[in-house]
Amino acid sequence: MIRFENVHKAFGSNKVLRGVTLHIPKGESMVIIGGSGTGKSVALKSVLGLVKPDSGTILVDGKDSTKGDHDAFLARFGMLFQGGALFDSLPVWQNVAFRLMRGSLKRPYEESRAIAIEKLRRVGLKSEVADRFPAELSGGMQKRVGLARAIAAEPQIIFFDEPTTGLDPIMAGVINDLIREIVVEMGATAMTITHDMSSVRAIADKVAMLHDGVIQWTGPVADLDNSGDPYVTQFISGSAEGPIEAVR
Amino acid sequence: MSRALTPLAVLGALTLAALAALGRLAIFTGQTFAHMLRPPFYYKEFGAALLQVGYFSLPVIGLTTLFTGGALALQIYAGGARFNAEAVVPQIVAIGIVRELGPVMVGLMIAARVTSSIAAEIATMKVTEQLDALVTLSTHPMKYLTVPRVLAGIIVVPLLVAVGNIIGIMGGWAVAVGTLDFNSATYLQNTADFLETSDVMTSLAKGAVNGGIATLMGCYYGMNSGRGAMGVGKATKGSVEAAAVLILAANFVLTGIFFST
Repeated sequence: MIRFENVHKAFGSNKVLRGVTLHIPKGESMVIIGGSGTGKSVALKSVLGLVKPDSGTILVDGKDSTKGDHDAFLARFGMLFQGGALFDSLPVWQNVAFRLMRGSLKRPYEESRAIAIEKLRRVGLKSEVADRFPAELSGGMQKRVGLARAIAAEPQIIFFDEPTTGLDPIMAGVINDLIREIVVEMGATAMTITHDMSSVRAIADKVAMLHDGVIQWTGPVADLDNSGDPYVTQFISGSAEGPIEAVR
Repeated sequence: MSRALTPLAVLGALTLAALAALGRLAIFTGQTFAHMLRPPFYYKEFGAALLQVGYFSLPVIGLTTLFTGGALALQIYAGGARFNAEAVVPQIVAIGIVRELGPVMVGLMIAARVTSSIAAEIATMKVTEQLDALVTLSTHPMKYLTVPRVLAGIIVVPLLVAVGNIIGIMGGWAVAVGTLDFNSATYLQNTADFLETSDVMTSLAKGAVNGGIATLMGCYYGMNSGRGAMGVGKATKGSVEAAAVLILAANFVLTGIFFST
């Protein structure tokens, strides 16, 4: 469904992606792991057009992601941002229903609100939260609202950018379980980037390790502990010794 | 490179940087006006921008123009006394406020109050990935954030200038009648007789330009802010500086165009 073909991206002299090639089949949950600054977010944002690759192609259902009607293309996606990226000026329910209140997926006002409240309920938030503003919510609640927004328009593809960053382990576990449940329930294709191994084991069908701008290893999550790849082994064990340079 | 050429190289680099910045601003301005003509239009955001730029600016506009009008009356009276021309206070206050001080004071107050607020808000949205979120939700940030604010600035700032002009003239009237022993009816009659329609129209035109500059600078610096708190701070500071300088420069140019005979 999503195919990266030799994607390169540099910011000035910093070559972040040096030929990423990866395939995410339809309905599969792919988690990309890798250290901070290895280009995971850049890879994800490249699919959505938030970052323009220097070379290479990204195909979604066989079509070049940079060609055609971009609004229709984006309407197929939902995304949970690292910090939630909720709009401060809008109440929670309007954040969730943002896509349903404008553009090609526009619904009547009451219907949009009803869907938003239903999605909030799906992620474990009560309807009372709907009329609050994002700044009034805890970090965990903001993540849930972000998740509700990501699934509000029933997208075919959902991206999760560091979904558990900043959360305590228990809340992180709750969010991981929610993500897994929702992805399975919706039959969506999911792409998650994280360096949280508990997220990887909870969310992934397959895992890809990004390092030095290329995919070093990819395989089923069940093979992660016995991958035989020194990069993966070092990363999942959190060891300072290995091919990944650890700056002390 | 020889040491003698170093200052030239620095000058060249600065010139190129300035031209590049000007080019980016020109492209941003062009894109903003192009987006104004193409749907979708976000009416709710436009309404909110009208309130933010216009209605909520009324108190500060009223107070600044009131005191400016009063001070102007005192200055003209004191200055006019040097050559027995105290009687021209109503006329000079009227023309000074309507042609120059009204639009400029309102423009600068909008730069201080609205430009900074727009730049800080949009820069924070950028830092917290809210602009990226807008894109993923099929909403163009320029259409959703820039167009409503700039359009509101162009439409509502002339109205603020009109209000500011009236309050400024009334500030002069209050001082003249209250402390300088002018006759109230005569003062108002002289003001009304002296002002021409073209004075008012050029004042409103300056207001529209100033409103456009103030809101555009807020949006431009916000959209192009750097990362983190420092990025937001720099964007806010830069937006107010740029707006203030451009408003004064535009005022000079427009005055030259409108009143050079």
